[in-house]
Order: sequence, then C-alpha cells, then structure tokens
Amino acid sequence: MTESTYRIQGATGEWEVVIGLEVHAQVTSNAKLFSGASTAFGAEPNAQVSLIDAAMPGMLPVPNRECIRQAVRTGMAIEAQINAWSRFDRKNYFYADLPQGYQISQLYHPLVGEGSLMIEADEKAGIAEPKVIGIERIHVEQDAGKLMHDQHPTMSYVDLNRCGVALMEIVSRPDMRSPAEAGAYLRKLRTILRYVGSCDGNMEEGSMRADVNVSVRKPGGELGTRTETKNVNSVRFVMQAIEHEANRQVDLIENGGTVVQETRLFDPNSGTTRSMRSKEDAHDYRYFPDPDLLPLELDEAFLADCRASLPELPDAKRARYEGELGLSAYNAGQLTAEVEVFARFETLLAEVARSLGKGEKDVATAVANWSLSVAPGVINALGDEANPAHATAEAQAAILKMQDAGDISGGQAKEIFEIVLRTGREPGEIAETEGLKQMSDTGAIEAVIDEVLAANQDKVADYRGGKDKLFGFFVGQTMKAMQGKGNPAVVNQILKAKLDG
Amino acid sequence: MPMDANSLTELGVKAIRDGVAAGDFTAREVAEAFNANVAAASALNAFIVATPDHALAAADAVDAARAAGEALGTMAGVPIGMKDLFATRGVQTTAASHILEGFEPEYESTVSANLWKAGAGMLGKLNLDQFAMGSSNETSYFGNVISPWRRNDGGNAALAPGGSSGGSSAAVSARLAPAATGTDTGGSIRQPAAFTGISGIKPTYGRCSRWGIVAFASSLDQAGPMARDVTDCAIMLEAMAGFDPKDATSLDLPVPQWEAGLNPDMRGKKIGIPREYRMDGMDEDVAKSWDDGIAWLKDAGAEIVDVSLPHTKYALPAYYIVAPAEASSNLARYDGVRYGLRDLPDGAGLQDMYAATRAAGFGDEVKRRIIIGTYVLSAGFYDAYYNQAQKVRTLIAQDFAKAFEQVDVILAPTCPTAAFGLGDKTSDPLSMYLNDVFAVPASLAGLPAMSVPAGLNREGLPLGLQLIGRPFDEQGVLNAGLALEARAGFDAKPERWW
Repeated sequence: MTESTYRIQGATGEWEVVIGLEVHAQVTSNAKLFSGASTAFGAEPNAQVSLIDAAMPGMLPVPNRECIRQAVRTGMAIEAQINAWSRFDRKNYFYADLPQGYQISQLYHPLVGEGSLMIEADEKAGIAEPKVIGIERIHVEQDAGKLMHDQHPTMSYVDLNRCGVALMEIVSRPDMRSPAEAGAYLRKLRTILRYVGSCDGNMEEGSMRADVNVSVRKPGGELGTRTETKNVNSVRFVMQAIEHEANRQVDLIENGGTVVQETRLFDPNSGTTRSMRSKEDAHDYRYFPDPDLLPLELDEAFLADCRASLPELPDAKRARYEGELGLSAYNAGQLTAEVEVFARFETLLAEVARSLGKGEKDVATAVANWSLSVAPGVINALGDEANPAHATAEAQAAILKMQDAGDISGGQAKEIFEIVLRTGREPGEIAETEGLKQMSDTGAIEAVIDEVLAANQDKVADYRGGKDKLFGFFVGQTMKAMQGKGNPAVVNQILKAKLDG
Repeated sequence: MPMDANSLTELGVKAIRDGVAAGDFTAREVAEAFNANVAAASALNAFIVATPDHALAAADAVDAARAAGEALGTMAGVPIGMKDLFATRGVQTTAASHILEGFEPEYESTVSANLWKAGAGMLGKLNLDQFAMGSSNETSYFGNVISPWRRNDGGNAALAPGGSSGGSSAAVSARLAPAATGTDTGGSIRQPAAFTGISGIKPTYGRCSRWGIVAFASSLDQAGPMARDVTDCAIMLEAMAGFDPKDATSLDLPVPQWEAGLNPDMRGKKIGIPREYRMDGMDEDVAKSWDDGIAWLKDAGAEIVDVSLPHTKYALPAYYIVAPAEASSNLARYDGVRYGLRDLPDGAGLQDMYAATRAAGFGDEVKRRIIIGTYVLSAGFYDAYYNQAQKVRTLIAQDFAKAFEQVDVILAPTCPTAAFGLGDKTSDPLSMYLNDVFAVPASLAGLPAMSVPAGLNREGLPLGLQLIGRPFDEQGVLNAGLALEARAGFDAKPERWW
C-alpha cells in the first residue's frame, strides 16, 4: 500500500497528518434504544418522550431488539467480529439534556469488535490506490436530548425527543492520512450504512455526525498529541476541520508550543476549530456496568438471521458489475455509490433484458450509459418541468427497446424521454404521434441518396478522387433531406456502397 | 361468626381472605377496622400518608364481586401497607426524601398493580429510611418510625423498628396492617421483620419486578412481603411476583404456587449451619435462639450439616462499595429539572441549581452513600474498589453454590442483636452498617432469604432466624420457615402504648 503523499508544509519541513474518526450514526428504528417512544424526525418538542426517557423514579430500560439487530448487521457489513456477549455501561455526568444523569453506552464490552472498510483509489484526491481503513469497534448507546437557548430571555428549554434514541458509535483506527482519505472513509461508511439500512446517513438531520481526532508528526515519526473536534456534521466540514486543525497544530509546534489533548468545536462559518475543554477539566465519567441490564447475549439463530438479511454490499456489487456485467470501473463505481442509484439501475436492467429477450450482460452497458448519463441529462435539463414519477422502468425500457431495434435514434430517444417526463405518455405512442421515428426502409433511403448524389456531382467526383472527408457531407445532406429521421447506420451503409461501388 | 373491629385487626392475610370469601365479615369491615388503627397510631409515625379511601374502594369492589358471585383474587379483601418506595398512581411517592416530597406519579409499580389485581387495597404509604438507605428508619425526611415494641425493663425508651422497611415492620407488628410490602437491598425486609417479631421474605433476585420501585441499588433491590406469619408471606409473595417485560432483570419463569406447596415436614432435608456466622462475642440470646432453631428443624426431621461460607467477612465491605456505587448513579436523576424539589437560588446557573437542589433534597445518609459511591467509581479507584467488590461478590455466590451442593437451606440468625434504641447508632455509621452483616451475603448472591420470629430475648424483644435458599427455591425457604414457626410458637405482640 502506498502511503498518502498529503503533507503540511511547515517552516521546519513536511508534516504528516494522522486522523481517526468516531462516527455517531443514528440507528434506523421506530423506537428508541431502551424505550418504546418514537424516533421520527421533526416532531413537536417533547412529543416523543416516554417515562423512561424522562427518567421518572423507578423506570427501567429494556433493550430494543431491532436496534441491536441493526448494529450487528452493520458490524457484519464491515466484516467485523461480532461479540455474542456484550454489556452496557453507564457513563455518568450531569447535564440538563441527560435526564438519567448517565448515558447508557458500551465502554468495556462493545457489541462489535475489529473490522474494516476499503476506500477507493481517487487520483484527483491524492488517493493513489484503494486503502483499507481499520475500524476498532462499534458500540451502541443512547443519544441525549437537546437544549434550546432561544425560547426565553433568561432560561433554557429542554427537548427530550432525541433523548434515548439509539446511536452506533463507529470508531476507526487512526489510519487516515489526509482530509481526502477521511472524506472517502465517511462517504464509504455512509454508503455501507445505507446499503445495510441501519442508518439513513442523513448528516443534515443529525443522523450521522463525526468526532474528528487529529494529530501531526514528522513523516513516519512518533505519533503526536491528538485533539478531538466534536460533532462535525458534513463530509466537507470534516475535511475542513482536519485541514484547519492540522495546520493549527503545525504552527503551534513550530512556534515552540505544544499541542494539548483537548476537546474542540468546529465553527462551520469560519471553517476553524476552537477549544471547548481541556483534559484537565475533562469529566470523570465513572463508567460501570449498568445494573438495570443483563449482559447482552446473542444466540446463533439471531446472528444467522442478521447475516441472512444482509444485502449485497458495495464492494461485492461493484466487482460483480465489472466482472459479470462487463461495466467499466468508472460506471460500476458510479452505479454502486448510492442505494437509490443501483436500485433504479437494477430494475431498469432487468426490465430491458426481459423486454429484449437478452441477457443482462448484453444490455448492461447500454442501460448503464442511459442511467448515468442520458437520462440524468434529460432530467436535469427539464428541471422542475420533469415529473420523476413518469420515469418508470417500463417507459425507459420501451425507449431503449425502440433504440435497440433501430426504430429511433439516440436523439429521438432523448426527445421521447423528455415528453414522457413532462406528460407520462407512452413512448411508443409518442414516437408514432410526434413522428419521432427514424427511417430504416432501404428503398426510400436509396431514393433520397440518389437525389443527393445527383445534385452534387462535383463533390462525388472529389470524393472519388480521394477526398474521403466529404463522406460526412453526404451523410449530412441525406439526413437533412430526411429531416433527421434516417437511420444513420443504414444511411452510412448505402452511401458507402454507392460512393465506393 | 360476627367479629368486632379489634378481633378483625388481629387477623392475618389468609384469615381475612378466607373470612371475606366465606362471608364471615365484609372486606369493608376489615378495611374500616385497619383504617381506624392507622388513624390512631400517629405516635408510631409508620405512615407518611394514609389512604383510607383506597382501602375502602378496593374492599367495596371485593364485596361487590363476592355478591355477584365472581371469582375472588388471592388477596381479596386484604388491606395492606405500601412501602413508600413503590410508585402509586396519584398518591404521593417520596422514598422518604424531601427531594420527592409532593411527587405524585402517573404510573403504578408492577408489584403494587399485581397486588391490586389480586384484590388487595392500600391503607397508606409507609415510612422508610430515605431511599431505603438505613437500618433503623432514622434517615427518613418524615421523621423516625418508633417501634411498637418496648423493653421489659419498665422504661419507655424508643426503639428502632429496623430499616429500611421500618414503617412496614412497625405497622404489621402493631396491627395497623395485616401485611405490608417491603424491599430488601441488604437486609431491609429481614432485619426489620426480626426486630419486630414478624415474618418477611426477600425472594430470588428477579422474582418481583423492580419497575416502578424507586431504585436504590439495582443489582440488589428486591421487593417482598412482610406479614405476621409464613403462610401470609407465601400468599402475598405469590401475588407480588411474576415476569415483567418492563424489567430487563425480571425472571422469565412462572410463579410457583407457594401457598399450595407449603409443607413443614423437613424429613430428608439438610439444613446448613454456616460456621463463619458464629462470631466471637456473639450476643448470647441470639446464639441461643440459633441453637433453638437448629433443634426445631432437627425435630421437624431435618439433618443438620455444618457448612462453610469462607468469604462471609468480605460481604459487608463489598456491599458497601457496590450498593453506594449503584446508588450514586441511580440518584443522579433527582436534579430539580423535571419533577420533585427544585432549589433555584437567585441568578443561579444549571450547576448551582443541581447543587442547591441536591443539598436541600437529600439527607445526610443519602449524601454519604452518594459520596462513597462516586469515590469508588472514580478514575484510579474503580479497579481497587468496584471491580474488587464484584470479584468478592462472585466468590460469595460461589460459597453459597458449594454449600448448596451439600444442603437444601441455610439457617442463621437474621441480625447480630435485637432492636436497639433510636439514636444509639446514628453517630457511628459503621456500627449501624454491621447490623446487616448476616443479611448482606444472601443479597449479594441474589438468593431467597427469609426472617421468621424465633422468640424474645431477655429484654423481651423479638429475635429472628434467617433461612437462605437456593436460587428460585422460595418454597424450600418458606417450608423451613413454617417448620420453625410451628415449633417457636411465637405469639408475643407489642403491648399497645400509642
């Protein structure tokens, strides 16, 4: 594996950046980790709070099986060790958004142990080769509530809707060496979570956020002291935070200072970080096993069910697209990056193969090109005028079928799709009614060509005298005479025969 | 058989239930009689609030059900006292603390709900040591409970009813209630039962749901009945127990029919006598009552076997690490933010509010345990204290497991002494903690354990004998208790002075 060449240029030479990420991903589940309260986003404040979430006297947590299942599936998706025996610990501290006075988490015995994921090569981003990033652990824990400081001039309000929502904390090894690698890691992780369906990966709604650990060192030297920048909520911000933090640390060290281990906050407006609290006034969380909960023991049947429910994962899918479907590496990468994209692609691919009576492999490249470039081009050009609901697999397959049969040209396919998107009309009917069909009738085309050649005797002579480039001129003239509806392949073939013959 | 109110309050759970079912008297007559006793006993301070209407309503429902020929529950017509650690819907629930004063839950604990479903009614919420922390009921914000018992020296020194279920023990022994709920974390059912000449059983950890019980130390807390005899305990425990999906530590097992299974025949049973419980300088009367107990069980047909529980001496220190550690965390929720007391000094911020609220809301003993618990969990001390204590806990459970390879039930004194005077031990927390030295090991091991009255000491005060059983073997404990009870012939009761 080639090491990253990303370096901070300091006054004393080059510095290498060492990055680890702790990603908090909200588990997709209707209910919270230890209570039956709903987890839906956007409800009125305190509308989704159970007696347990509000930590009323005598209330007890009961683990939600679905949250555990999702975390286990996520662990399996990163090929991690699943700990059939794990345990919940209490992390004790006082804050108004934490009614129990402790967060139930897993410090000593996490649900998921060592795993990894692979980030793809990206020349432009300075990632020369695919790189494996280690994942130390995934543990399950409760989210806290939210303080609202803008509701009253002197008081703060508390919204407990998020309180008790299940999070997975996914802790990477300090294996990343550049902001680009960190960004690629986050995107890949998000893709995996979405494939698995264990987290929607929506960073804007806070269902995925990262704590960013950064240190700097002379290349290959001893690890430096790290800082932790909390709760950064977009890929771009994570990359900015790393860049800023690495440069700040280099400046600090080169000016004779030392980096202190501390918690920092990221300011998205300025792209900078600032100190939140230092190690000295860090909390003593007094972790200990939660006595309200028994150790979590997972049996074989549960684990087997988790494994059986896993979908084809990004790396495997990508390899299959290249190997079995014969797609280019680029197309395979593009098509497998998002769940919605591959889902649409696979549906259309199946529909096209079926309606043409061909194998998926035989039509895959055409469908991939359509899905990645042709169709998005039309949709984007139409903007708001396009009704995406009209873009059914059936309609698109019908267009591709006509194109495959030579009934319509590529240009006509786009035009037909445009009308489909606007109106929802049936593609075959559009082609007929709007005259969007190309002529493949050799007799008719021959007649037109004869006229064109007759009208351009001089050019015919020039062509035959060696001016090959005039071929395009004849094609253009023919197509013009046919109002663009001639089948180019047939036109070419007949022209060539007549000119060369 | 018409009965006057005084005779009715002499009846226990079984007699009341059967009498109501037979039509000897109505549930309402019973409730009224006990309500009257509760109202006349304010000198004992056993109740924080009386709920006569609750008792009457439950009684009327039972009488109506009987009149309609419907099946009656196993506690039908029995009014009981409810330790004020159980959340009761719409009725103040305080854990005897200032911090929860005035708190009326909108929910009902599983155990109390089970009792109401079985036909019981509530006479009131019983006083206790604050957050169940104490062995004498002297840490309640609502004042000490005075034991109905007095020494036979003609003096009127106020005695401790034991703790933390001191209101429960005082109320049952003073005939203010035929039975009461207790909770036992490190002896809080057994020690007060022993002090007041009544019976009480702490079942296997997980038998009774903890849902809706104000938590002290989650891994130890267990609810159980306190009543006048073993049969009444069996009936009431059967009504209280059961799997509860709302408590992750609840035992997912059917509730045995303990009442139907009662059998005092000890032939073929082996009773273990743990040698480590016989300590130097042991109270002579306590030692004698233990010997009596051995003789009685032998008489009932049991074989007596010496057993060793070698880690006994580490139990109390381990308990006073584990229980405060859990308590320090469990009590963090009392912060003045959502319910209960809030002390918000002028211009105070969040941290100031926490500090002021908790300073005003918690009593000294509660603060002491929060501080101990916070200390033993803090960075740098966790391994030396908490982890070490957990290891001790495992060793103690192993001690018992080994002993139970040889014997069916273990017999020991419940407490090192009879009841002590109020104020005698309040200045010395360690001597107070020592009172639970025989009770704590079974708590740490999660075992069913019971106290049964054995007799009176030379001062005329009750002494209790403790029976400890295998996990899930409440029946073995109850049966041995029944054998003791039949031979002890304990019929002493406090003379009414209140």
